[in-house]
Formats: sequence, C-alpha cells, structure tokens
Amino acid sequence: MDYIALDWRDLAVASLLVMANAGLSLWLKLGIERRLLIAALRSAVQLVLVGLVLTTLFRLSSPLWTGLAALVMILLAGREIMARQDRRFTGWWSYGLGTVCIMTAASVVTVFALTTQVRPDPWFDPRYALPMLGMILGSTMTGISLGLHSLTKGAIQGRQAIEAQLALGATRSEAMRPILREALRSALMPVINSMSATGIVALPGMMTGQILAGVEPVEAVKYQILIMFLIAGGTALGAVMAVLGGLRRLSDSRHRLRLDRLRAD
Amino acid sequence: MLSVRDLSARGIVTASFDLPPGACFALRGPSGSGKTLLLRAIADLDPAEGEVLLDGRPRALMDGPDWRRRVVYLAAEPGWWAERVDQHFPDWPSALPMAEALGLSPDMGRRPVAELSTGQRQRLVLVRALARGPQVLLLDEPTSALDEDSRDRLESLIKAKQAQGLAVLWVSHDPAQAARVASHSLVLEGGRVRAG
Repeated sequence: MDYIALDWRDLAVASLLVMANAGLSLWLKLGIERRLLIAALRSAVQLVLVGLVLTTLFRLSSPLWTGLAALVMILLAGREIMARQDRRFTGWWSYGLGTVCIMTAASVVTVFALTTQVRPDPWFDPRYALPMLGMILGSTMTGISLGLHSLTKGAIQGRQAIEAQLALGATRSEAMRPILREALRSALMPVINSMSATGIVALPGMMTGQILAGVEPVEAVKYQILIMFLIAGGTALGAVMAVLGGLRRLSDSRHRLRLDRLRAD
Repeated sequence: MLSVRDLSARGIVTASFDLPPGACFALRGPSGSGKTLLLRAIADLDPAEGEVLLDGRPRALMDGPDWRRRVVYLAAEPGWWAERVDQHFPDWPSALPMAEALGLSPDMGRRPVAELSTGQRQRLVLVRALARGPQVLLLDEPTSALDEDSRDRLESLIKAKQAQGLAVLWVSHDPAQAARVASHSLVLEGGRVRAG
C-alpha cells in the first residue's frame, strides 16, 4: 500500500492554523483564544495517549486486555447515556439500564461481525475488534440516549392521557403504545438519516481514512457499508431493549404508571 | 359490594367502608386532605397497603386492568389520548343516548377534542366511563365545570345508573350536592375516613 507517514514537523506546521485562529480571537477580542488553545492541546494529548494504548493493545493481542479495553469503552458509553438524560430513573436503573443494553447490543453485533464477516485471526484481534466496537458504540449510545429521553419525556407529558386509559381498564402496553412508538422513532431516526445521506453530503470518516491509507475506494466502500449495517443493527437492538426495559420500569405488574421511579428534577 | 379494608394510600390516608351496589356515598373533606389519593388507591392506580374487595373477591386475585374495568375512577382533570371524540369510545353510537341525556349534540363524536369546552369535556368523560359498564364509579368533582342545568342532567343520569346497580363514591365540595346525590357521607379528616 502506498501510504504517506506524517512527521511530527508536519503537525507543527498544521498547528500554525490553530495559532492563526488564536490570533484572530486576540485581534477581534473574541476572548476564546485560551479555550481554543487548551482544547487543541487536549485533543493532541488525548489522541497521543489513545495511540500509545492502542499500540500496546495491538502488540499484546491478548483476549484479556482487549476484553478489558472493550469493557472500559462500554462502561464509559453507559455513563454518557446516563449523563444525557433529563429525568433519570431512581437507583441503579439510571446507570444500569442503558449500560446493560449497550453492552448486550454492541457485543452481540461486534462479535457477529468479527466471527462471520470480517474474520480476522484471531477473531478478537484488537486491530479490528476495538475500532469496530467503537463505531458501533458511538451510534448505539446516541440511539439509546434519545430513546430513553423521549420515553421518559413522553410518560411525564402524557401522564393524563396514559392514566385516563389505564383508569378505563387499558393494559400498560395499550396505554403506553404511543410513547413507545415515539421513543423508538426518535432513537432510530439519526441512523436512518445518516444512512440516506452518506456518500452524498459527506464521505464517512472511516472510508476516508482507509482511502488515505491506500485502500482501493471500492474496498473501502465495502467496509463502510458493512459498518453502516452493523451500526443500524446495534442501534436498533440496543434502543429496543432500552425502551422496552424503560417502559416496564415506568409501569408495574398491576399496570400502573410509576413516575415515582423517576428521580425528581 | 365494594369493600375497603384498612386501605392506606402512601401512609397519608387510611379508610375502611362498604359501598353496596346501587348506593351513592359522598366523600367530603378539606382540600389537600387526600380525597383524590384515596380514590386513586381504590382504583389501584397507585401502590397502596390494605385490602379492597368487589363482591367478596379480593382485587389481588384480579389483574389491574380487569379491576379498573369494574371500578372506574374519573379524575378531576381527565386526559384524552386521541384526536376525535368518538375514538375514545368502544362504540360511539351506543353511547349516544347517554350523551344526549347530558345535553350533548349527536354530532359531537366527529369533533376534535381540542375544540370542546371544559364543560363539554367533563360530560363526555362521564359518558366515556359509563360506556364501559363499570360496577363502581369513583367521581372526583364531576360537575365542577357545569352550569346548573347540565349538573342536574348529570345527577339524573347517575341516579338512573344506580337503579341498575351502579355503586358511586362521589367527591364533592358542595354540601347541597352531597345531600342531593348521596345516601351517606364519608368525611376525610386527619388522614382517616369516618361516617359523616
């Protein structure tokens, strides 16, 4: 593969653009030069660290360390799901529901792809497993966050309508069907939108990266299509699990609406 | 017969009483005394301690929806879940006679809920509940938005249903109304229900 490796000096030259930004901020008194420089520095340091960690993980190629790295990524994604909720569940549910769902969905889809389509040797080869898990996690995390957010919001705002039906003898699934549908729609919409826009509005990052690394465009496209399907599958699986789980938590076996299981603002 | 035995709603209200078929009891008490909490607990809309039976059968033996089809609670501000009025009824044409008895026009069914007045909605909500043929009706200020004529019609309709065996527990702030519609009064004070 023809691939142009970058020198640290190349990066120093590119950083002139960030400096120019800072200069602009000083000149126009925007007051954002400090934040800009810190953000640029942070991103550089974080990426270098990730690079070092990945290098080590790839060299070790151990199932244990790869699994641990995957677990850390999943737990952080679970935390992010919780952080994005306006109204959280009480107790362990606030962290547990999203985390269990994303863990199940992302693991199932990643292992499925590794063992039946990509088939690296060994199948857990971190060079394939971790980037693919990362991409699936990113989208599944957004889907679960949006789904749970819409569900709890729908239950709070639609409380009167839901309880009016329950009071007349409707089951919880009948009374809550509209908010279930709405939650799943908002969870899946971003994936559907990005699938329809991909390649037209922007070239997906992974495909672009492969092309820069010297892969034939058609081969890069194949990978991108695979990833898109995996992302769609993971997001749907995770969101359906989380929304159905959330729905059960917001009601009980006597078919009552249980908003008391959401934390007060 | 609805039997309430040491029913405790969130530890705020405790009640024991028997409501025979065809009877109407008024439930009175100052604002904030927990009348709504008690009605919701009887309808099994909130978790509660104690026992509630219908014709001697404990509600724990029935599932929630089954219980609430027999013991219907009408909230003071009930919700609507569809756009048009008739979508809220199992069978709108068969509910028409009741709607007309309350002075509502027959073309009401096709109209969007959002266009109706508070008084129209309040009457429709009662028809919506009666259309499901409950054994017990728990009413929370069902005439608060009605003029005198509509209120009288509503009271007569309930009376007619009582003659067919419907039992009613009626929360009302108006002592005159309580005296008109109910054979007994229950008073909720200091978290306990007593005969008034």
